[in-house]
Amino acid sequence: MIDHLDLTMVNWARAQFALTAMYHWIFVPLTLGITWIIAYYHSIYYKTGNEEWKRLTRFWMRLFAVNFAIGVATGIILEFEFGTNWSNYSWMVGDIFGAPLAIEGLFAFFIEATFFAVMFFGWDRVSRKFHLFSTWMVAIGSNLSAVWILVANAWMQNPIGQEFNPDKARFEMTSFKDIVFSPIAVAKFTHTTSSSMVLAAMFIISVSSWYLLKGRHQVMARRSIIVASVFAFLASLFVIFTGDQSAYTVAQKQPMKLAACEGLYRGEEGAELIAFGILNGNKKIGDDQKPCLFKIGVPGMLSYLSNRSFNSFVPGIEDMVSGNPSRNIMGTGQKMEMGKTALAALAEYKDKTTSGDAAGAAAALVTFNANKQFLGYGYLEKPEDAAPPVALSFYSFHFMVILGTLFPVVALAFLFFAWRDTLADRKWLLRLGTIMFFLSLIAHWLGWIVAEVGRQPWAIQDLLPVTVARSNLTVGTVQTTFFLFLALFTILLIAEIGIMLKQIAIGPEEG
Amino acid sequence: MPFRFEFPAVVRNTARFYGDGLRSMTLGRSLWLVIAIKLVVIFGILKLFFFPDYLGTHFETNRERADFVLEQITHPQPSTSPGGELDD
Repeated sequence: MIDHLDLTMVNWARAQFALTAMYHWIFVPLTLGITWIIAYYHSIYYKTGNEEWKRLTRFWMRLFAVNFAIGVATGIILEFEFGTNWSNYSWMVGDIFGAPLAIEGLFAFFIEATFFAVMFFGWDRVSRKFHLFSTWMVAIGSNLSAVWILVANAWMQNPIGQEFNPDKARFEMTSFKDIVFSPIAVAKFTHTTSSSMVLAAMFIISVSSWYLLKGRHQVMARRSIIVASVFAFLASLFVIFTGDQSAYTVAQKQPMKLAACEGLYRGEEGAELIAFGILNGNKKIGDDQKPCLFKIGVPGMLSYLSNRSFNSFVPGIEDMVSGNPSRNIMGTGQKMEMGKTALAALAEYKDKTTSGDAAGAAAALVTFNANKQFLGYGYLEKPEDAAPPVALSFYSFHFMVILGTLFPVVALAFLFFAWRDTLADRKWLLRLGTIMFFLSLIAHWLGWIVAEVGRQPWAIQDLLPVTVARSNLTVGTVQTTFFLFLALFTILLIAEIGIMLKQIAIGPEEG
Repeated sequence: MPFRFEFPAVVRNTARFYGDGLRSMTLGRSLWLVIAIKLVVIFGILKLFFFPDYLGTHFETNRERADFVLEQITHPQPSTSPGGELDD
């Protein structure tokens, strides 16, 4: 871990991006998930006409509005950071990201903005059917707008449907379909939206548990919990399914990430999935030390997760760093050679083009095209640089999985005691319920750490490391904005928590 | 008879719908205030003074930007040296 604590410009820029993204990601999953549950509450009101469900729906809409207001536009700061701190990257991916982000903007504006207003202002002003339709459209629209940013992120993990243009220094889109329907994009969208539903359900369970502990708004709290628990349970099962899909696609497209997440240094057949373990902090790539000081594993499960076969071979970090000819795995050293050849050919292409040597440029381009799939490896100094920070990836992955396993159990417990009508007496469960939102938020953050730290050193998988993706700025410049953001986000977070707690304390309108 | 322009009914009804909705908000006013302050800080301060578009402000044309990035990626400067002081 300490080896990676290198606070140069690149790492300050990464820290700033992580800070902004984690702050942004407090609001996004709650918006994505709670809109579905609100739409469901609204549907019950529409069907029953029971005023209690209307009050309940309006109450959760109010908390959603607070979340939306504080969260809106925080994502724009990420785009500022692209242009300022990551200008090389920003330029190179402009053609790929332009279309998805433009579509996201259109979705966000037309669907969310239009139906959002009808959802909030439409009570007794528009027909009940159109009002309900609008609430569902807010849920659908906000989740659809999330598709595009996740597609963009997935492309960085698996850059397909593109061709590098050596004249413009840009990756240009060759297949929109390949980019949108890449396996990583599909897995990322389904995993993110389903886990957002879990988070939102846990938010409702947390607030409602607090009401039950305080003996306030008990009917509303109990009803809210029952619906939210069903959502949490079903969505949690789906998260396990999508998580499995996600791990499978990572195994196929980013095997180094999977190996880091599992602390798998040497590949093996019938590889075990570590349920829980403690890493050996002294372990280095290539030495003979054991990776784990302690572990509890499930034999063959990692092989199944990776290749849908319990006995299959799963490559370890050392197989990919040093190469493993018997498994037909190319080592990083060979990829570095090809990457350096591609970079030299690209430089030569530029020189020949500038000097008007068309034949020389064409020859350089042939060499570049033959080696460009490993372009990014040309920047690495040693093969070990291709491995991400193992400890951070490993612990983030495992704690995320442990929390993800806890959620359906807690949801079932809430449902069981609600069915027995003894929920208000189960103080231990209600106390646990009050912290479930925070645990699910932590699980989300850990998931993003797995996704982003686990793919280091790459900004674009195999093609562009973060060290080359950055702008030419001084450390001081980025440090200044880092602390500026820290202050701004702290103030905004205090504002949100303050407004949210006030609204929770006020509670739903009395009937 | 003097010409008098009137918006179509659907536009008037929509405007009234939004207007009434905004006027009737209580919590919403605080939230709009939060949004307004935030947008001013984000666009009026952060974007203007701290987050210029690096390539947009340093170069005039896309050709210059492409050449610069090409130079950067083919001859990258060290980024892990202590301090990492590079051109601004």
